[in-house]
Amino acid sequence: MKEPQSVKDIAKNSGEPLARIEALEQIPLPPPFDKIDEEPPFAQLTDEEREKFVVLDDTIAVNIVKPESKEEEDRLVKGFLSGLEKLMTVEDNWTFLQPFEMSMEHCAHCQTCSDACPIYEESGENELYRPMYRSEILRRIYFKYVKKASTKVHGDIDLNWEVVARLIELSYRCNLCRRCAQTCPIGVDNALLSREIRKIASMEMGIVPKELHADGSVLQLKVGSSTGMTPLVVKDNIEFIDEDTAERTGIEIETPWDVQGADILLIHNAGEIMAWPENPGAFATVFEAAGLSWTLSSEIVAYDGINYGVWYDDVQFARVAVKHASAARDLGVKKIVLGECGHAHKALTVIADKILTGDLNIPRESSMVTLRDIIRSGKLKLDPSRNDFPVTLHDPCNLVRLMGIVSPQREILEAILPPGRFREMTPHGVENYCCGGGSGFAIMSGHNFSDWRHRLTGRKKFRQILEAFQDEPMDIEHPKYLCAPCSNCKGQIRDIIAYYDAWEKAGIYYGGLVELIVNAMVDVQPGFIDWEWH
Amino acid sequence: MTTLVYIIAYLGIVFFLIAVAARFVFWSRMPMHLRWELYPVAHEGGGRAAYGGSYLEESDWWQKKRQVSLLGELKVMVPEILFLVALREHNPKLWTRSFPFHFGLYLVAAATILMMVGGVVAAVMPASIAGPVARVLAILVPLFGAAGLVLGLLGAIGLYQRRASRDMRDYTAPADFFNLIFFVVAFGIALLTFLLVDRDFSLVSGFVANLVTFNLVPLVGGGAAAILLLLSVVLLSFLVAYIPTTHMSHFVGKYFAYHSIRWKDEPNLRGGDQEATIHELLNQPISWSAPHIRGDGKKTWLEAATEEPEEPPK
Ligand code: SF4
Ligand code: SF4
Repeated sequence: MKEPQSVKDIAKNSGEPLARIEALEQIPLPPPFDKIDEEPPFAQLTDEEREKFVVLDDTIAVNIVKPESKEEEDRLVKGFLSGLEKLMTVEDNWTFLQPFEMSMEHCAHCQTCSDACPIYEESGENELYRPMYRSEILRRIYFKYVKKASTKVHGDIDLNWEVVARLIELSYRCNLCRRCAQTCPIGVDNALLSREIRKIASMEMGIVPKELHADGSVLQLKVGSSTGMTPLVVKDNIEFIDEDTAERTGIEIETPWDVQGADILLIHNAGEIMAWPENPGAFATVFEAAGLSWTLSSEIVAYDGINYGVWYDDVQFARVAVKHASAARDLGVKKIVLGECGHAHKALTVIADKILTGDLNIPRESSMVTLRDIIRSGKLKLDPSRNDFPVTLHDPCNLVRLMGIVSPQREILEAILPPGRFREMTPHGVENYCCGGGSGFAIMSGHNFSDWRHRLTGRKKFRQILEAFQDEPMDIEHPKYLCAPCSNCKGQIRDIIAYYDAWEKAGIYYGGLVELIVNAMVDVQPGFIDWEWH
Repeated sequence: MTTLVYIIAYLGIVFFLIAVAARFVFWSRMPMHLRWELYPVAHEGGGRAAYGGSYLEESDWWQKKRQVSLLGELKVMVPEILFLVALREHNPKLWTRSFPFHFGLYLVAAATILMMVGGVVAAVMPASIAGPVARVLAILVPLFGAAGLVLGLLGAIGLYQRRASRDMRDYTAPADFFNLIFFVVAFGIALLTFLLVDRDFSLVSGFVANLVTFNLVPLVGGGAAAILLLLSVVLLSFLVAYIPTTHMSHFVGKYFAYHSIRWKDEPNLRGGDQEATIHELLNQPISWSAPHIRGDGKKTWLEAATEEPEEPPK
């Protein structure tokens, strides 16, 4: 394993990556994947890729092309410093000024946060992935080059274009899961600092992974969804989903669109419509069976709950949040209900809370809560024995640690599973581990980035999933259900199951929560969950 | 000479109070920020704080009265302040050094406050009250003072040794070492004073009593004992003044880290009193210069958030 020996190494111009992971030295997974030398190959960057882009470690997330002139080098440094200065002003950063300054001023360098980070742990404690390694670089730049404070007090660091480029790359080696922040005895937040670095890069320098920006929030604002679906296409797709769901359930449904004055505007992550159509189908089945007054919106942006700005850019974030709220206002709904998407939940409910005012301030509710209330109301006839298979629950960070929505999903599982079939992961709830796809990683797969996230960011979660099912025969004859009520988490989990072929080899299947509800509905034909690997 | 020490002690205390107040004002004047809470939130009511739940688990939560428990908050804050519970849970190795250090400081501070109280009581209360109070203080002050100095000294040495260890060395600036050495020297000399010349803390109690009653007379006895005591006072006064100018002022920051960030979960309800502040902030001019924002120092957040999107940057 190669790793930096010092914070100052970030400035060393060696042309070499600062860190490398030796896949064979990683801690083996639980059975049946416990033979480290039998794990799938970890794709490596090509020489051309290393030649063209700034390389920090074994992968590339941001695609920063190496500067070719002194002017380009200087532009990187100047742009970064100018962005850093803006982070310190009320005008440009009222949104996070206090949390930012707090994390700049008060780190005691105690290293308590290190053990909390799944990436650091699964990297074999490679220094590059220590949560405060990147924070410390930012902090030293802040004190030495912006505040002009003494390096004897705050530590020294050189500043050149490579520091800037590597630091921006390094801000995309963090899931923003805030597990580290939870353990900090002072209240310093390394995740917040990763996000502030991303903000400098995006909001000042225009540097950002294209999956998040050009193909993400920009596309969403322009055509309506980062999937590229226009209002016409999304309506077509939902019509198809309604038909398909009716065929599977035996219950006719017609998803309502643009119903003025409905009680609820339901906003899905549009990724569900494309990749997991059974999820919106199941929502429609349950909402209709419960007799709710609800609707989807075909307004641009409002049929896709994603808000990638939450990971990298406050302005893009605000733009999308305003669009979501405007659609709800125009329909005159009483509340917005967020479908199974963790970051959409947090973005619109919590983060946008201090942006939406007046008639845009429409109450937002989690579908976990809406579904829990439906179950409590007794409106659905349920037969838990239809879910007679082992189930574990993945807690999306955004729902639990960052919103405190912990019990409704458990209450639902309690009601729809036979006794003894549910098992918790260790740890779970607000102390959960990220799926590994957090902060945008689930949709990022340029170069070998998906292999990198399987080997580093998602490995801890995969380990937890395997551990949760260790009392079961680990083969395809004994299917097990990993319930992940979040579209992004499902994306990451799908990829890691495929990477390890864990459906074929261990019988691990995954899906959302609402599908399990429909699978237990007496009025529905048995077998809504079809155990077909897609 | 003694008068100078009295003045240094006054300056140390006054500087400390002003610097702490300034930190307090600095953090409390920060503008409202976007919500960024982290669960568990200690004041959450309804039994939810125990597992990290929030009011967002309720349907139609915006129509219900929030259950906020001050007691729940105190149940977390008090053990955290006194025993550094988070550190004990997540970093036991460091806790064995940090806890004695911090607890030692608390005890020394407590002994100092008790000596001040003793001085005031002796000056203004009749003997029938002052006598019993003095007898109690004669037990508590040496107990707190000596235990505090020992714990603080051991903790500071332990922290120094931890800082010098391989995984922390690179993250330690010269000032961090200086801070700990400062503690070791100041506490070490104070402890020596206690051991060699002031076993019952009567000398220092006399000094503090003079200090709080503005009776700036030379110390009784004089000689080596007085010199040692005055040296301790000078060092501790400088230390007290120095602490809030460093990142050790985190005792102020931590309050805000919890109350203004981690636990700051008040929702902005429609028509509520937060909306006016938010409007003001949304009207701040923006100068971010990436192509998709083009802030010019005039365009506001509100305008940026509601303008039609531009083409993606190349
Ligand atoms: S962020 Fe917190 S836990 Fe991590 S080193 Fe700094 S003070 Fe310690
Ligand atoms: S936010 Fe999560 S991934 Fe990022 S440094 Fe902290 S623990 Fe690690």
